[in-house]
Amino acid sequence: MGKLATREAYGDSLKELGDKNQAVVVLDADLSKSTKTVVFAKAHPDRFINVGIAEQNMMGIAAGLAASGKIPFVSTFAMFATGRAFEQVRNSICYPKLNVKVAATHAGLTVGEDGASHQSIEDISLMRSLPNMTVIVPADAEETRQAVEFAAKHNGPVYLRLGRMAVPDVVGEGYQFAHGKALQLADGKDVTLAATGIMVSAALEAAKTLAEEGISARVLNIHTIKPIDRDAIAKAAKETGALVSCEEHSVIGGLGSAVAEVLAETTPAPMERVGVKDTFGESGTPGDLLVKYGLTANDIVAAAKKAISRKA
Amino acid sequence: MADKLTPEQISDLQAKARVIRRNIIAMVSEAKSGHPGGSLSATDILATLYFAEMKVDAKNPQDPLRDRFVLSKGHAAPVLYATLAAKGFFPEEELLTLRKINSRMQGHPSIKDLPGIDMSTGSLGQGLSAASGMALAARMDGRSSRVYAVLGDGELQEGMVWEAAMFAAHYKLDNLTAFVDFNGLQIDGPIEQVMSPLPIPEKWQAFGWNVLQIDGHDHQAIYAALQEAKAHKGRPTVIVAKTVKGKGVCKMENAVDWHGKAPSQQECELFIQELEDLDD
Repeated sequence: MGKLATREAYGDSLKELGDKNQAVVVLDADLSKSTKTVVFAKAHPDRFINVGIAEQNMMGIAAGLAASGKIPFVSTFAMFATGRAFEQVRNSICYPKLNVKVAATHAGLTVGEDGASHQSIEDISLMRSLPNMTVIVPADAEETRQAVEFAAKHNGPVYLRLGRMAVPDVVGEGYQFAHGKALQLADGKDVTLAATGIMVSAALEAAKTLAEEGISARVLNIHTIKPIDRDAIAKAAKETGALVSCEEHSVIGGLGSAVAEVLAETTPAPMERVGVKDTFGESGTPGDLLVKYGLTANDIVAAAKKAISRKA
Repeated sequence: MADKLTPEQISDLQAKARVIRRNIIAMVSEAKSGHPGGSLSATDILATLYFAEMKVDAKNPQDPLRDRFVLSKGHAAPVLYATLAAKGFFPEEELLTLRKINSRMQGHPSIKDLPGIDMSTGSLGQGLSAASGMALAARMDGRSSRVYAVLGDGELQEGMVWEAAMFAAHYKLDNLTAFVDFNGLQIDGPIEQVMSPLPIPEKWQAFGWNVLQIDGHDHQAIYAALQEAKAHKGRPTVIVAKTVKGKGVCKMENAVDWHGKAPSQQECELFIQELEDLDD
């Protein structure tokens, strides 16, 4: 049921955006074939800048371009964009609130065989802790396309988290990306599955399994981690009484933490976090990794039952 | 503009530099913290840039056609603030709010706080990348804007500086001119002892830059180097400017301790007196 990887959608969207908007420039650090910025580079060679293997410099160059009125999209693997160049993103981009879009591909465990050194499972945590930064994790190709368009229009730094693997379409026809608003994909009354990125399709699958057992699950696609949709989460807590966060990221600092913060501050409810449990990953196929590290629809089903069992 | 400054222009720059130096001492002393040594070493470079070379307008600080300046060694913020005040970007009195709560004079330069600041800096090694981005943007837009950056010599120990150096040469950014404020001292001691970045000119040469070496306190030499940089096509220029840390105040000159120490009120008065005596 795989359709398209979000990074593929990113490359195509970027090219289209470049056709319409002359201010858009794209930077890459010697990974343009993997990040798919090569599609933009072919169409707009005069607005594509390869900085070589130098991610820190890339962030600074983008800051200078943005300070001069350009809309730079910088692309590399999530590990290097957020980990290696963290301080550059913080001090040269977010602090001066410059209009730079950090599009990070190969996020999460499903980069696969490259193993722990390339599996970025801390990036949401790092990026959402930065003032002025907007954090978006698209769930499928269409959402990626619209997120890229939104990022170009939004004035300020944006982090777009993209994946390597093909993912099924989930947002459906006539979809309209709404910044900071969770998208309800299924309604339910017993539990809410709040998912982001590639875990949205797993959450939908889990909801089906739960329905077969008579448990009704609401599914929220939390595509914008920051600003997070506090209203939708509080409402879900009130109306379903239990939640499960689902992310291809560490359970520390990412979506799970963001949701827990909202619950604690608004509507306390039992919650379980599906994600990588404070450990590094390893080499393997994406499918095997998702099983081994507990990120499958079955894991979500189990977490949902546990959350429900904790209801007062 | 001519390649040489007239004697009147030179004496005007010297007067400007004295005002800037006095304000550096006064503001750091009032703040009770800050970086006087590296501010005083870069004073003549900034005075020459802002009063003899750069196209900037205090009444229109965001003019897209302006020249840009990036103080990569952001801890020398006092020299930048004092220069911008002298240029009319904001009232001189405001300098005394340096590092205080609710002030626009942040400990390190911030775009969002102060007109005339083209890039937020403070964490070493990041400024040349931003300056390169600005130079590239000017070229993409067909603007004649030039971009200037001032780096510290100790700052050359940051690897990112060399990523930017490689980039600017590769992209032939001849509208970019960098200064290395070569005063030879960093917080923990002489640069050769802490972690030698020497030889500095040869390193930039190897990275593909046009390299000039001057006395960083000679306004005529600074000006001539700027003209040479402008005339040089196809490569960015770095001006390695030999300077004296703490220049202008005997007690501070070449003294490691004055990298990041504020003068007491008594010292402040003495130092300012010393600078005023130069006016005679």
